[in-house]
Amino acid sequence: MENPLHHFELHPLIHLSLMGFDVSINKAVIAMWVGLLAVFGLFMLVVKSGVRLIPGKLQITAEIALGFIRDMVEEFIGKEEAHKYFPFIATLFFFILACNLIGMIPGSYTITSQLVVTGVFAISVFILTLFIGFVKHGFHFLSILVPPGVPKIMIPLMIPIEIISMIARPVSLSVRLFANMTAGHTILYVLFGLAMSTPLMIGWLPFGFTVAINGLEIAIAFIQAYIFTILTCVYIGDVIHLH
Amino acid sequence: MELGAAALIGMGLCAAGFAGAAIGIGYIFAQTIETVGRQPNAEARIAKYCWIGFALVEAVALYGLVLAFIIMGNIS
Repeated sequence: MENPLHHFELHPLIHLSLMGFDVSINKAVIAMWVGLLAVFGLFMLVVKSGVRLIPGKLQITAEIALGFIRDMVEEFIGKEEAHKYFPFIATLFFFILACNLIGMIPGSYTITSQLVVTGVFAISVFILTLFIGFVKHGFHFLSILVPPGVPKIMIPLMIPIEIISMIARPVSLSVRLFANMTAGHTILYVLFGLAMSTPLMIGWLPFGFTVAINGLEIAIAFIQAYIFTILTCVYIGDVIHLH
Repeated sequence: MELGAAALIGMGLCAAGFAGAAIGIGYIFAQTIETVGRQPNAEARIAKYCWIGFALVEAVALYGLVLAFIIMGNIS
């Protein structure tokens, strides 16, 4: 059997280079455009078709999705600050969800199975939390490194531990999303390879699993987008309230 | 030992880490079900923390998978 990670490799379709950087257009870039267009198109369609007092099916879907995220933001960041961060969190959620779900279409590409994509998401969230913390609290923000109620003698020990845990956040945030998507699609590939390479007598069994795992993957796409945004909310809430 | 064989054994050993995550996920859902059984009206809040915990535990298992991928990348 060939390498199960083979289908995650990217080959440029159109070679482009901008100021020495390789900006070739490949499958992932096209999938990302489609994802952006799907999210943007859905919400534009809702707005363009007229926001009514008695909502239609499409408007109800959009309202429920946005209300769900607003509740989440309000719970973890706080009611008075929530409106500032709600657009960012909602955009992040819908974009990651679209990226995850597009991978479920056969022949397309899972963008979030590239560590560079999830890494950029996670690092931008990390930089945003640091920025919010320093803007909001000034140098008092550094007190986040000392948990309250710690004895003075433990402080030299606690600061490196807290710094490590701060740096581990973007790493775990990005690797979680990347590894979940990669693992799911690798399992699908292996199972489908088994279904194709065995006779029909036995082959129906891995094929049935493929169908079941497909359903699981759609659930995982939602759960991982949810987890990514909920942890973003928790991190932003942490730097706003300082413990 | 041949280097390729050792790498394959290492990749297999990465899967052993999944056992810990399996215990963790089982424990999280067992506790969630028990808590919801005791306090059915708190289900929405508990389910939220349940999914966060699930994702955190599952990520640990997937680090093992990432390690296996790294070893696989170094063989070829």
